[in-house]
Amino acid sequence: MSAPNLKIDNLHVSIEDKKIVKGFDLEINGGEIHAVMGPNGTGKSTLASALMGHPKYEITEGNVAFNGEDLLEMEVDERARAGLFLAMQYPSEVSGVTNADFLRTAINGRRGEGNEIPLMKFIKQLDKKMDLLDIDQEFAQRYLNEGFSGGEKKRNEILQLMMIEPKIAILDEIDSGLDIDALKVVAKGVNEMRSEDFGCLIITHYQRLLNYITPDKVHVMMQGRIVKSGGPELAERLEAEGYDWIKEELGIEDETIEA
Amino acid sequence: MSTETKDLQYDSNDITGFSKERQEPQWFTDIRLKGLELTGQLPMPKPEKTRIIGWNFTQFEHKADSRTFDSLEDLPVHIKQLVGQDDESGNVLIQHNGHGAYQVLSEELKAKGVIFTDLQTALKEHGDLVEKYYFSKAGKIDKHRLTALHAALVNSGTFLYIPKNVVIDVPLQTVYWQENPKVGFINHVIVVAEEGSSVTYVENYLSEEADGEGVANIISEVYVGDNAQVQFGAVDNFSKNVTVYVNRQGHVGRNGKLEWALGQMNDGNTISENLTELVGEASIADTKAVSVGRGDQKQSFVNNNQHYGKHSESMMLIHGVQKDSANSIFNGITKIEHGGTKSSGDQTQRVLMLSDKARGDANPILLIDEDDVIAGHAASVGRIDPVQLYYLMSRGISKKEAERLVIHGFLAPVVNQLPIEGVKKQLVEVIERKVQ
Repeated sequence: MSAPNLKIDNLHVSIEDKKIVKGFDLEINGGEIHAVMGPNGTGKSTLASALMGHPKYEITEGNVAFNGEDLLEMEVDERARAGLFLAMQYPSEVSGVTNADFLRTAINGRRGEGNEIPLMKFIKQLDKKMDLLDIDQEFAQRYLNEGFSGGEKKRNEILQLMMIEPKIAILDEIDSGLDIDALKVVAKGVNEMRSEDFGCLIITHYQRLLNYITPDKVHVMMQGRIVKSGGPELAERLEAEGYDWIKEELGIEDETIEA
Repeated sequence: MSTETKDLQYDSNDITGFSKERQEPQWFTDIRLKGLELTGQLPMPKPEKTRIIGWNFTQFEHKADSRTFDSLEDLPVHIKQLVGQDDESGNVLIQHNGHGAYQVLSEELKAKGVIFTDLQTALKEHGDLVEKYYFSKAGKIDKHRLTALHAALVNSGTFLYIPKNVVIDVPLQTVYWQENPKVGFINHVIVVAEEGSSVTYVENYLSEEADGEGVANIISEVYVGDNAQVQFGAVDNFSKNVTVYVNRQGHVGRNGKLEWALGQMNDGNTISENLTELVGEASIADTKAVSVGRGDQKQSFVNNNQHYGKHSESMMLIHGVQKDSANSIFNGITKIEHGGTKSSGDQTQRVLMLSDKARGDANPILLIDEDDVIAGHAASVGRIDPVQLYYLMSRGISKKEAERLVIHGFLAPVVNQLPIEGVKKQLVEVIERKVQ
């Protein structure tokens, strides 16, 4: 198996005819963790949703290759089965479907008919991952995200990430609304995934999460594209000094796009 | 009186003869004759926004051949599978074409005075007890022509009696198996839970696909005594050619609790009325019902929680899936009568539309005649949320499978409530078949 690769080339995304992402380029390989930071409303979450194939977002220009295949030609479920994962900022609630049933269906969807995961093996894996994420056992039998607190939803996204074992994961503001303990747990889950066969794109406002997950590359997104890239030290400087110095450096007056 | 339905083909001689043949007590024959008389006088029910002109409620064969079975092993697999196994006890009554065909009731329950038998036998052996409850406080003979017709022609039924303070922790079950749907199935169920008792009862209706039209006319009366509890589960699964009238009525005493879990999966035209009267102080009703409409079937569901007692409490959850060009009307009625102070009633009705040609109406109706009460309602008709589908698909689940998950989840509240694994499984399979 070759190492995962996600190559985004000159991507433009609109929502309801409003251009949000404007010429975004990035390449992520297996073994790499990238962080995309930036102020609110600069198109970070739009980028994530568009890559996964959210029905509301329209890609107007650009290419995305996932392991050499045209990602944008694939349906949402095909993207997932090819190995892409998005930990969502606002996961849907699905009443009447237990977390465990949902996860098993998802895993079997990837494995294909005739190759379903044996029930006992599934339960063992689930127990192990829930343990690692400090998730109570009864979680498995609760309905998918229904009545979950914000923190529980985020943990559940990471649990899914660990169970599904994608090749490339995008974490869309997985740190928002988490207290420091929950943040550590989430980071533990992501660090556990780190390997040559796994690449990750972390989207965040704050540097906080990056104290626990050290990124290989940090990118600043403004006006719908990457305006500056660097190593972990870039995130630290942003934490200390904010974004104004970048705006000054690049001559940007208004960095946000109205949501 | 001329009617919008076809005329009845029986007279009082037929009725008296039929009753005699079944060796019924005189009071029962008298109710039959009263029913016959009222059938000629009363109008048909008028379900809202559902035209029932042309529906066959009256043309059917009245007597059917039936068989008996010595052992569960002699039953066809799809019937046998429904019956509770092991710790679900298998206290079961199987009725074939309206006659008791097989029965098990544990010695332990018999010793405690529990009566569980078909109506014909109950009339012979416990006539006085049946008389006390048959069309008494819960069931009404003169509601409309179909209840009267029912009284005149009843040819099947179940009587379940739980004496005072007897708590049964295993479910009791009746399976009604109509092999010949041309036969009119006029079925009367009585469940009596005396003061301080507790029981879980499950009924399954199924008819085989066959040529010819059939009729099912079902009335269930459930009496929940003071401090008693009844969980009443049902899976209705009549085939396409059977027109169904089903009326389930509960009467709940002080601190009593009645929980309904109804899987209404008929394939033919159906009128369903469910009414729980919360008579006693602090009595509770919890009504859950799910249905799937498909093909061109038309259905009317009226669910009604009526509060008389102070501090009484009702919950109602009605979920319906509509596909093809099916048409269903859901009326949820929460009524708090004068005197029912500090009562609370809440209802939720949701309809999930899977087709542009289908129709589904959810009408919440709150009728409040008392000041100091809490009443709430929610109703919605809509399609599967595309963002929900996106979320499921983003985990590698195909669109079809994602829709399936959402639909099963939508109907899960009743599935989960059914106490017998075989019945649960059957409901899931019926849902699967209906929505595929």
